[in-house]
Amino acid sequence: MSLLTLDNVTLRFGGLTAVDALSFSVEPGEVFAIVGPNGAGKSTVFNLISRFYDPASGSIRLENDDLLAHESSDIANLGIARTFQNIELFEHATVLQNLLVGRHRHRRSTMLSELFFLPSVRRAEIENREKVEEIIDFLDLQPHRDKMIAGLPYGVRKVVEVARALATGPRLLLLDEPASGLSVEETSDMRWWIEDIRRQMGITVLMVEHDMGLVSGVSDRVLAMADGARLALGTPEEVQSHPAVIEAYLGRAS
Amino acid sequence: MDNLQLVISGLANGCVYGLIALGFVLIYKATEAVNFAQGDMMMLGAFVTIGLTNAEYMGLPFWVAVPISLGLMAGFGVLLDRLLIRRMFGESQTSVVILTIALGFVIRFVAGLIWGHEPQTLQNPLAGKDIRFGGLVLGLEDVAVITVTVLLTLSLYLFFARTKLGLAMQAASQNQLAAYYMGIPVKRVQGLIWGLAGMVACVAGILFAAKGAVDPSSGLLGIKAFAAAVIGGFGSLPGALAGGLIVGVIEPFASRYIAAGYSQIAPYALVLLVLILRPHGLFSQIRLKKV
Amino acid sequence: MRIVFKTSYLQDIRPWKDGYQLSLYLILLACALAAPLLLDDFYLGELTNVLIWAIAGMGLMVLTGHTGQASLGHAAFLAIGCYANIILLEQGLPFLLAFPLAGLITGVLGVIIAIPALRMHGIYLAIATLALSVLMDDIIVLSEPLTGGVAGKFAPPVRVFGIEIDRWGTPRAFYWLVLAVVVIVTLGYINLLRAPLGRSFIAVRDSEVSAQAMGVHIARTKVMSFFLSCAVTGLAGALMGLFAGAFNNETFSVVISILLLMMIVIGGLGSIHGAFFGAIVIGFLPQFLSISKEWVGALIGGNTVAIPGLETGVFGLILIFFVLFEPMGIYGRWLKIRTWFELFPFYRRDMFKRQKSYLKTERLR
Repeated sequence: MSLLTLDNVTLRFGGLTAVDALSFSVEPGEVFAIVGPNGAGKSTVFNLISRFYDPASGSIRLENDDLLAHESSDIANLGIARTFQNIELFEHATVLQNLLVGRHRHRRSTMLSELFFLPSVRRAEIENREKVEEIIDFLDLQPHRDKMIAGLPYGVRKVVEVARALATGPRLLLLDEPASGLSVEETSDMRWWIEDIRRQMGITVLMVEHDMGLVSGVSDRVLAMADGARLALGTPEEVQSHPAVIEAYLGRAS
Repeated sequence: MDNLQLVISGLANGCVYGLIALGFVLIYKATEAVNFAQGDMMMLGAFVTIGLTNAEYMGLPFWVAVPISLGLMAGFGVLLDRLLIRRMFGESQTSVVILTIALGFVIRFVAGLIWGHEPQTLQNPLAGKDIRFGGLVLGLEDVAVITVTVLLTLSLYLFFARTKLGLAMQAASQNQLAAYYMGIPVKRVQGLIWGLAGMVACVAGILFAAKGAVDPSSGLLGIKAFAAAVIGGFGSLPGALAGGLIVGVIEPFASRYIAAGYSQIAPYALVLLVLILRPHGLFSQIRLKKV
Repeated sequence: MRIVFKTSYLQDIRPWKDGYQLSLYLILLACALAAPLLLDDFYLGELTNVLIWAIAGMGLMVLTGHTGQASLGHAAFLAIGCYANIILLEQGLPFLLAFPLAGLITGVLGVIIAIPALRMHGIYLAIATLALSVLMDDIIVLSEPLTGGVAGKFAPPVRVFGIEIDRWGTPRAFYWLVLAVVVIVTLGYINLLRAPLGRSFIAVRDSEVSAQAMGVHIARTKVMSFFLSCAVTGLAGALMGLFAGAFNNETFSVVISILLLMMIVIGGLGSIHGAFFGAIVIGFLPQFLSISKEWVGALIGGNTVAIPGLETGVFGLILIFFVLFEPMGIYGRWLKIRTWFELFPFYRRDMFKRQKSYLKTERLR
């Protein structure tokens, strides 16, 4: 069964149709990329999955679970984590604290037990910390562990965002332009990490990305979008050579 | 007829609230900061004019004193921007709010030092005159207050909607960096706005002190003007005036028809109600942040 | 510079960094406990006042400093706590029951008030809470049978474990009572900040969208923050009532609300230290001013005259100074001084400099 299924999803902002009867599904264990020109509605698809927007029609399912029946703060509990295009970290907290917020969905303690910091809370905190340390190790964030986000360079913040999403322990990871604004080296690091996330952690990855080098390097399947609708879907090579995609990017050959 | 009288006196009061609210909105529209000291600037404007006009101080003729005090208050606004607000460039809205609250405290203290804490009235040529209109007795001051306010609001509205400078000011508030790139001198624009707000505060102060008495704590009237600004939707100039008028009219009616104590409460209860129903003001400009 | 060599995650989880830091705080606590033996009744009273303000400051700090919800109306919750405590005492409840109940009642009322306020942001929340604070004055007058209206109420002496505690009769006992509350609240606050709930407060403060994406329920988190904040503020209000002895509708005016917010800004938003530093400033400023006034008066040989509004005026000036030059408050300055000594002679001026940011509209939330 597909992990994530979007079926005929439509979203309108006033008169503008941002997503137009879009259908696609993501299989467990694959890296699925969405490409398309700016304004094609790629990030909007992410925001629909995160339940920041309500679609006008259509359905979004995680296996058999109807996502539209859940609030946006429940999405993480279902095992979907995400990053943001324009980094949305907790600026005035350390890297460690940011990642620990990622563990929030595993919170079992009540307010009262936390105010007294009962042994159960302490145990849970140590467990959280161990999980977070694994991710810090995985993404080489050790030098930045106790630094405030506000003082970190852009490239590191991008990685911290991925780390925070991984800290939630997701089944499906949504990466919104993971390589935008990164240097060539940082982009190739990101590429290896995405592959490791899939291979070592067994997490399915759905990403929006402009860098075709990265996309064709890591993704199994690619969806090309324009004006909120599907242009083409297939392997990176198929999509890149698809006439409609070439037209959308380069204009019609005369 | 009695109700009409209440409406008129309420409107005149409301105009003063509306003018203070206008000051909030001016600054909010252009710099996205909220100036909690606007009420105190109104009070300062009133005292400056009193200091120039009244016989026991300098005793200048009214029509000479008014332009001077308008100029002084505009200069004060620009100075505030230069000395304080400009340094807050890029800081959060809340920091600016706290800064202006503190500023209000200081203005109140200084005004008390200079002019004392006794309520004082501005000696003006319209004092005590009235027009009779059928059974209606209108204080000439009330009429002047309403006329001046409406004219001022209208011209400011046209300024923001029609002139290049007005549009530049709006742009500067939405995104400072982008406005910079488009060649708008953001800092100078901010200075101008604060000068303008100082002048509007001065007009409000003159009208307030001519109608009644002003003392250093009159600045707290600013809180009522907040109610006006929120009701009118922070960010709309005619809205601010309308909000001020609503607050002004509600007060006398609440005290007549509900109970004496309620004229105090009505504006605040109203603003709470408005915010509960429309959390971002009546004419909401806040949309979901794009991520 | 001290470098802490960490060998266990517990070292990060426990509230102190190392034995040195722990011993400093223990010495501070010992000094606080011994204060009644060292100070005369007047200064002990002042110190008690500072501690009560610190509790109130911690109450507001949870909401404003850690959850990012600016409230200009916390005097209303001081009032609720104060009246609830006294009314319960008058009903014959023992203090040890009435006092926590007063906090609980304030917390619950805070939640009821918070529910409509959840959707408000930034200045709108500040204005709504400001309106609430103004209204509270009138609400107290209107509910006269309960509150005694304009005439106000008087605080009876209270008994804890058979010991009579009275602000004037037994100032030492009263001080220890307040100190006990301070210690309990501070420990609770420290625990909160190292637990998931405290982190979710910070998450909501810094970015609501990504907090949501991490599974933090925004409304529920804000409600909890309001509850804790109002409950602690209510406790402070109850102590303020006992400290003042008599109070009425004007005791907890909107100016108190504003002072409270200004206090935590001066102290340093977003740190427990900030609440204490701010309380010290607000508590000792009047003393400091009257002493320096006498000094200046003696210098010019004139009589000391009362200057109305002097305290708030000077307080405003101090605040302007801090907002401009030390936005992190006294706590921020304290951190810099400490780092300077720890790193001597390697401290650089720009060590704490933040990246310059430009204001983007906050209308888009």
